[in-house]
Amino acid sequence: MLAVGLAHYLTVGAILFMLGIFGIFLNRKNVIVILMSVELILLSVTLNLVAFSSQLGDLTGQVFAMLILTVAAAEAAIGLAIVVVYFRNRGTIEVEDLSTLKG
Amino acid sequence: MIVTVAFYVFAAILIASAFMVVTSRNPVHSVLFLILAFFNAAALFLIAGAEFLAMILVIVYVGAVAVLFLFVVMMLDVDFSALREGFQRHASIGAVVGGILFLELLFAFSTWHFAEDAAGLRLNPTPAGVDNTRAIGRILYTDHVWLFQLSGLILLVAMIGAIVLTLRGRPTSKRQDIAAQVARSGSVNLRQVPNRAGLGEIGIERPPVAAPPAAKRIEQNGGGHH
Repeated sequence: MLAVGLAHYLTVGAILFMLGIFGIFLNRKNVIVILMSVELILLSVTLNLVAFSSQLGDLTGQVFAMLILTVAAAEAAIGLAIVVVYFRNRGTIEVEDLSTLKG
Repeated sequence: MIVTVAFYVFAAILIASAFMVVTSRNPVHSVLFLILAFFNAAALFLIAGAEFLAMILVIVYVGAVAVLFLFVVMMLDVDFSALREGFQRHASIGAVVGGILFLELLFAFSTWHFAEDAAGLRLNPTPAGVDNTRAIGRILYTDHVWLFQLSGLILLVAMIGAIVLTLRGRPTSKRQDIAAQVARSGSVNLRQVPNRAGLGEIGIERPPVAAPPAAKRIEQNGGGHH
């Protein structure tokens, strides 16, 4: 059982999610900060899962939170590898220059 | 009471550091604030009773992901000030979209409640008298073993993908090309050599070996000590 109350956790998660979305819009040119914003969004989702799991007394939410942690780590590794390769080829990481795949 | 105060302190630091992550001028500062945010989120997990996930969050995020971000930010020689053009222009759009999402989430939370039979529908009720790590271990390796294996597969794919993406074959490296060695022809051929034959008899001529220099004559009649 939660000691604080579910609504507090959900509000913190919502603010964190909003900040992640805000960061994606704010740093539209910087891929690295966009990846960090995605990490923030995933963290807010994990926070919600843990809060619900604790409130409901069901451990399944924490197991799913672990899966989200795994996916976030994999996403960060692949994303940063792509950033490194792109910087090696083009010398910049501006998102608006990412038009090589345009038909 | 003390738990509530701790929750508000950690939540406030978490939100403030998350805000600094997205608005910081220097990406290195962004990464450091991200680490602070992860620590405070781990504290919130602890308050919620998920001790194992809190420790995993510190180990995986702070120990691996944030350090990976730090490496990449410091390794890339990017003019980050040029990447901040249009910061003010996008800020209003981002604030509008984020605010709308936040309001929608609040509306969803305010009208939402647990179902009456939610307690009876639990898949893995938290066992009493068992600590969190042991309880997670009991269900993770039995009921959710396929999820566990799937996590391992995801990590394997990510690892191979990252290695394949960033591995670079340098043209100057001297490495053995076994296929070229096996496939080559013409430059080397085999000959049947008669037994006990000298090199001259089978047609292999070697350049004449230069005679060794004559030994230096030792002068006997001078310089001795008598």
